[in-house]
Amino acid sequence: MDLSAHDRHPASYGVRVNPPASRSSRGVRLHVLTGKGGTGKTTVAAALAIALARQGRKVLLCEVEDRQGISQLFDIKPLGIEEVEILSDPSGGSLWGLAVEPKAALMEYLHKFYKLGRAGSLLEKAGAVDFATTIAPGLRDVLLIGKVYEAVGRTAGRGKGPVYDAVVLDAPPTGRVVRFLGVNDELAQVARVGPIRSQADSITAMLQSRITAVHLVTLLEEMPVQECLDAMTDLAAAGLNVGGIVVNQVRDPILTEEDLDAIARGISPALRGQVADDLESAGIKAPATNADVLLREAREHIERLDLQAEQDQRIQAQGRAVFYLPALADGLESGGIAVLADELRVQEMV
Amino acid sequence: MTRAPLDIDALLTDRRVRILVCCGAGGVGKTTTAAAIALRAAERGRHAVVLTIDPARRLAQSLGLTELDNTPRPVTGVDTSAGGSLDAMMLDMKRTFDEVVEQHTTPEKAAAILANPFYVAVSSSFAGTQEYMAMEKLGQLRAQADADQRWDLIVVDTPPSRSALDFLDAPKRLGSFLDGRFIRLLMAPAKATGKAYLKAFSAGMSLTIGVMTRLLGGDLLRDAQTFVAALDTMFGGFRERADQTYALLQNPETAFLVVAAPQRDALREASFFVDRLATESMPLAGIVFNRVQRLDSSIDRSRAEDAAAWLESEKPGTTAAALLRLHADLATMAALHRAHIGRFTSGHPGISVVEVPAAATDIHDLDGLRTVGMALSPPAAAPTDR
Repeated sequence: MDLSAHDRHPASYGVRVNPPASRSSRGVRLHVLTGKGGTGKTTVAAALAIALARQGRKVLLCEVEDRQGISQLFDIKPLGIEEVEILSDPSGGSLWGLAVEPKAALMEYLHKFYKLGRAGSLLEKAGAVDFATTIAPGLRDVLLIGKVYEAVGRTAGRGKGPVYDAVVLDAPPTGRVVRFLGVNDELAQVARVGPIRSQADSITAMLQSRITAVHLVTLLEEMPVQECLDAMTDLAAAGLNVGGIVVNQVRDPILTEEDLDAIARGISPALRGQVADDLESAGIKAPATNADVLLREAREHIERLDLQAEQDQRIQAQGRAVFYLPALADGLESGGIAVLADELRVQEMV
Repeated sequence: MTRAPLDIDALLTDRRVRILVCCGAGGVGKTTTAAAIALRAAERGRHAVVLTIDPARRLAQSLGLTELDNTPRPVTGVDTSAGGSLDAMMLDMKRTFDEVVEQHTTPEKAAAILANPFYVAVSSSFAGTQEYMAMEKLGQLRAQADADQRWDLIVVDTPPSRSALDFLDAPKRLGSFLDGRFIRLLMAPAKATGKAYLKAFSAGMSLTIGVMTRLLGGDLLRDAQTFVAALDTMFGGFRERADQTYALLQNPETAFLVVAAPQRDALREASFFVDRLATESMPLAGIVFNRVQRLDSSIDRSRAEDAAAWLESEKPGTTAAALLRLHADLATMAALHRAHIGRFTSGHPGISVVEVPAAATDIHDLDGLRTVGMALSPPAAAPTDR
């Protein structure tokens, strides 16, 4: 693929926001984040939640896969079935965390709707809870999302506003997310009537409404992008509202377009000599050898940028709002997550 | 540090090793590693088959995996001069499950099971089904290898699970489900005729069933009962196979490779997995650290930044300054990777490790796989046994 240096600069990756993200996310109260494993789904979910909290909102960040990704990210005690405050912001906003667990969700559900104190433990004893939370198709997912649904709809009291201004869900990866969110279809195979079924109907109504947006996280690599595009098609087909695409770990070109072009065309002896001279004047030892190493690094860097640009074209072709997060050389240590949160705010994802 | 490097070539030369399992968190490059190892084994004279779970499209194409048909097929373009061969296949989870059902029961019963909504859901979506079927397929390939001598090495990629441990836990989980008390209770109306049975279980059973019926509707329970009753004849078969495969994994002919990226999450997964293998007495060959940023220059981050800053003020706009900035980023990443790997290895002394450097681009052809294969074998050992 032939790419001009212009294409290598992420800042010029197409028109960034299309349609305007601020409009598409207006009114959204449940943000669902998915993506291929390893793309940084949890990190982006947390960054989005922080971005919302910094706008003075009370935000709940939920995980459903029993991984304790949130507590590890924020370096706090493992999250349990109680919602805990992770941080508060001077704007008045706050971020809360919750690890949704199917058994606890089932017990809470039984208690709330059936006042089943004793029967609950009987069910547990008989293995029915295990059955419901592990094997009965779709039930586990209904229970997990049911808890999220409850949190989104929870109010401070009759006639009062919602407890949480926004809920951010770190959902299962792309391979499982459509089934996870498509609780109704899954249940339809087995539970055709009954209260669980009506619960599933209400959940589906919320998931398919405009208050829910499913955002995809991807890296600019072949496999994550492919999964992202496939998932978008499947999510839309399932009647879900696809929000934005968050491109994570975008590499900074660092070099100017002229330099990128010059190196991509093949390194001339003149360029090599010039770099070696400059390195020497800056006090770098073995300037000729180091010039070769640095130029080789630049060539590999260009290969990565070209791959990025190629994959970005596929993303851009979707005509969705796209947000770019930088690759942080330091990783997430030393406040990296806050940097990402600021990026999402600046790019008006929320 | 005195740590034996992981010698993949020695592993591939050792004909007693017949199964290599690549495990690790999602997104660390398990599939690529498995394919690279299988290719290297084949080109060093082994008759290898690689079982992939969900390969990237272009990698799949390069292995000739254009369709997901659950059958191993020869890979073209492999150098067979050492007398080896390479087959590859992609796992079709549902089909594998269907085949197990068909093998263990009469055609009529199999048809009833395959059409049951519970079976449809369990075989396509039960958490762990993919892991269980990967194990099942491994068992089948191993049996076939014994029967027709077509392969002497099976390389297995594992599913992109929530946790790498799922691969080990899934068969037991399915087994314990099928053995579960609730399942037996569900079967009661279909099976129990004797009063003794009712007596033993009636305490709370009618309440349980009553509550479940109220919650789920009667259909669900009826379907579940039919499903369980239909599967009843196969329980023994399932359990036996799961046990056999589990035993196979503990056999010395099996070697586990844990694949990890030099990142916190992936290493934590790897750590769990390594500990678990030890608990289960399963043979760990070593750890593959994938996509490690290396530096070919002695210029460290602060040196590069200082020199860049000097050039930027003294000679604005030089290419060298930008190259140094780029190098500083790479040096930072390399140092971070070193720190992560260092922390992991000091926490797990005595485990062999090998590092695969970060490739500039995606790997999607046999040459790319060969490069990974080379990186997996320490240079000192590489030329000796050709």
